[in-house]
Amino acid sequence: MIMFILLSTITVKAFDTPNDGGKSITIKAYNVPETVKKALVYRKTEGDTTYTLAGVMSILSYRFMDADSTIKNGKPYYYRVDFYFPDTVISVEADSPGIAYAQWYDKTKTSSLIFLIVFSTFVLVFIQLAKKDPEGLYIRKIPALDAIDEAVGRSTELGKPTFFVHGLLGITDAGTLAALTILRRVAKKVAEYDTPILVTNYDPIVMTASQETVKQAYTEAGRPDAYNEKNIIYLTYEQFGYTAGVDGLMVREKPGAIFLQGYFFAESLILAETGHSVGAIQIAGTTAKEQLPFFVAACDYVLIGEEMLAASSYIGREPVMLGSVKGSDWGKVFLLAIIGIGVAIGTIGSILQSAGNGALMNVFEKILAFF
Amino acid sequence: MLKKQIPLAITFITGVIIVVTFFIPHPPFGRLQQDALTWYSVIFGFTMLLGVDSLVKFHYTKLRRREKGWWFSIVFYCGFLLSFITGVISEIRFGDAFNINSSFMYFYNTILVPLQSTMFALLAFFIASASYRAFRARNIDATFLLVTAVIVMLGRVPVGYMLWHKLPDLTSWILNVLQLGPMRGIMIGISLGTVAMSLRLILGIERTYLS
Amino acid sequence: MNGENISFWEKLGKIDRRWIFLIIGLVVFIPIAFGLRMTVHVSPAVKSAYDTINSLPEGSVVMISIDYDAASMPELQPMLKAILRHCFDKNLKVVLINFWPLGLPIGNQGLEEVAREYGKVYGVDYMNLGYRPGDIAVMLRMGTEIRSVFYGDIKGTPLDSLPMMKNIHNYDDIAVVVGLEAGSMGDAWVQYVNARFKQDLILGVTAVMAAGVYPYLQAGQIKGLIGGLKGAAEYEKLVNHPAFGHIGMASQSWAHVTIILFIILGNIGYFMERRRKRGL
Repeated sequence: MIMFILLSTITVKAFDTPNDGGKSITIKAYNVPETVKKALVYRKTEGDTTYTLAGVMSILSYRFMDADSTIKNGKPYYYRVDFYFPDTVISVEADSPGIAYAQWYDKTKTSSLIFLIVFSTFVLVFIQLAKKDPEGLYIRKIPALDAIDEAVGRSTELGKPTFFVHGLLGITDAGTLAALTILRRVAKKVAEYDTPILVTNYDPIVMTASQETVKQAYTEAGRPDAYNEKNIIYLTYEQFGYTAGVDGLMVREKPGAIFLQGYFFAESLILAETGHSVGAIQIAGTTAKEQLPFFVAACDYVLIGEEMLAASSYIGREPVMLGSVKGSDWGKVFLLAIIGIGVAIGTIGSILQSAGNGALMNVFEKILAFF
Repeated sequence: MLKKQIPLAITFITGVIIVVTFFIPHPPFGRLQQDALTWYSVIFGFTMLLGVDSLVKFHYTKLRRREKGWWFSIVFYCGFLLSFITGVISEIRFGDAFNINSSFMYFYNTILVPLQSTMFALLAFFIASASYRAFRARNIDATFLLVTAVIVMLGRVPVGYMLWHKLPDLTSWILNVLQLGPMRGIMIGISLGTVAMSLRLILGIERTYLS
Repeated sequence: MNGENISFWEKLGKIDRRWIFLIIGLVVFIPIAFGLRMTVHVSPAVKSAYDTINSLPEGSVVMISIDYDAASMPELQPMLKAILRHCFDKNLKVVLINFWPLGLPIGNQGLEEVAREYGKVYGVDYMNLGYRPGDIAVMLRMGTEIRSVFYGDIKGTPLDSLPMMKNIHNYDDIAVVVGLEAGSMGDAWVQYVNARFKQDLILGVTAVMAAGVYPYLQAGQIKGLIGGLKGAAEYEKLVNHPAFGHIGMASQSWAHVTIILFIILGNIGYFMERRRKRGL
């Protein structure tokens, strides 16, 4: 009797794994009693008489993804799942064969696509507007970037070198690329003032990019002869080895200005405090949100997150670059509007639901599911 | 002219391909992102040699010219050779340099682990001196910061519960509610800034990495 | 008053940092040397992490990612051991994985030490996948098949020859992933593994990172959060095995109190000096 009830409730479906590159079939079981101990999935193709073991279904999700190398797109595969209960084993066949296909579009990423299109549109529109009216764009002052000249000037007056310390991520990180932009500005200033510069690197690729950046900056300043490749050094790829190396250089060389630019981890405070102890003016910039409080406490100027990413636009002041910053600001406004609308719907929906009307809350949950 | 145009073209084409393939699971597009990440890992392995070369040359020059602090370069060479030789010997002897009985692991446990822990422990001292210097109630904002910092510092340790049993709950509220909004705002700002910068890089507007 | 003399209040506001370092050193060392202990109160975030693992049926698979090295070991290794004790207490299967190569021996040492305590057998109750370069690429490929990136375990043994790995192929077969984080891999676990594969996650992070991870907890992207040495001590309390987390609590408590006292002294010196200068 119990077996009959179990047989009649459990259903198994086999279907193409959605939003994938094909050659994968998902087998899902429904209404499986919680007393199940394990579930084995068997597969056969058209023309086969017997099933072969395909794998073990997860008894957490009652789902099994058959991505075996023998699975071919367009070919039907038949499945059976054997459910092991304490006293019995129930075999349930899938109601229809599963056929794998490759999808051309991943529907789960629709929200990302919409946002990408909207955001890119804002950026491109403002770039075009900037080309037509370069004077019409305003960007607020960023004190940390304005202080670069002051910092390098101070170093020169004191007769001390300027340090530029890269962060701990590689060239693929946006913050590292922004740091290279700032390095170019710093290097141009030190070339003009004939101040020694030392650039420390955690990553060898960033080191080569830094060397090229500094060399170009010296050339732009009309001092290609003063460029010394040995001033751009790779220390080590180990976090605290790098920190110890930079600290040692700070304490021995006693720079007048220190630029801490890039993505930092726990070593941020160690570097900043050591820099403070040698009396240097410090300008930090990072996209690491957890390290911002330490830099704010220990440094003279700090570029917070996207201020650093806007550095190239701010320093270069090219209309096209400023237009892109403007566009991304408007993209943020759009996002804030969506958040505001979502918060309003969610809050009102929650209030109405507690009063017995759950319609708006259902709408809110559908919106959440979409995102 | 080609020196800049070719890298820009490569950046544009690969950038567009990676963005588009993010949405297209159909082969050959679906795996492109993962394959690109794998290629990057392989290339990165070779660039480590560049870094080692730079470091060895830097210290060799210091030693040869007897520049200030040249004896530190001897320490560097000792550490470098020790790691390299013990790593190779351990790999040959045990088939795995990280075998617990290997000489490489001996030096890892007796030198690297204490050194790394010591450097991290410096934070305890520096946070004390930085807090003492930075947390001054100069104005109303600084006062808020100071009071919040004190509440969180006490609430995150057992002493806070001893002083007032509600203090850990207040700390949780500060972390879960008060600071959550600004933290999310900064995260969103950084993410959008990264998207904008990536767009500028792909479109060739941002060229500083080319020099 | 002679302008060349530094007033007492000004000195109070400008204490030589070496005194601060000395006092902090003593305040941290003395409680450990004398074995002082404090009662630990469990926070909701850690309780949530504990409850997530506690609710798993026997035989469920927990993947623990070692994303730290020796520098963060004092904070994160106690978490690892407490979680392993919890898993072995409940007869859960443990799979260790590394994304920080320098964390490989540390994670392995912790795993073997706790497994020995419980008499667990390698390959049956626990195993170590080891390290593969690629970070995000490895995470994504494990979503389809773990064997596509890990052909064998840390010792090179083929995964299929390990009894416990026969039924573990991808995230569908893993009940929860616990990431012990000292860097940015925690964001990757959330953004790629939780977002794409809906994998349940718990994050154990250093104290300085905990504030930045609360958005994920609040949004439900992670099931629990264990922050810093205090988080480790809380988890140790929940598993009834006080260890290094508890040992560090007295030192940490008194260090925090000392820092607060220094801040107060500094502010007293600042205000009194400001008042004195206004009075001149």
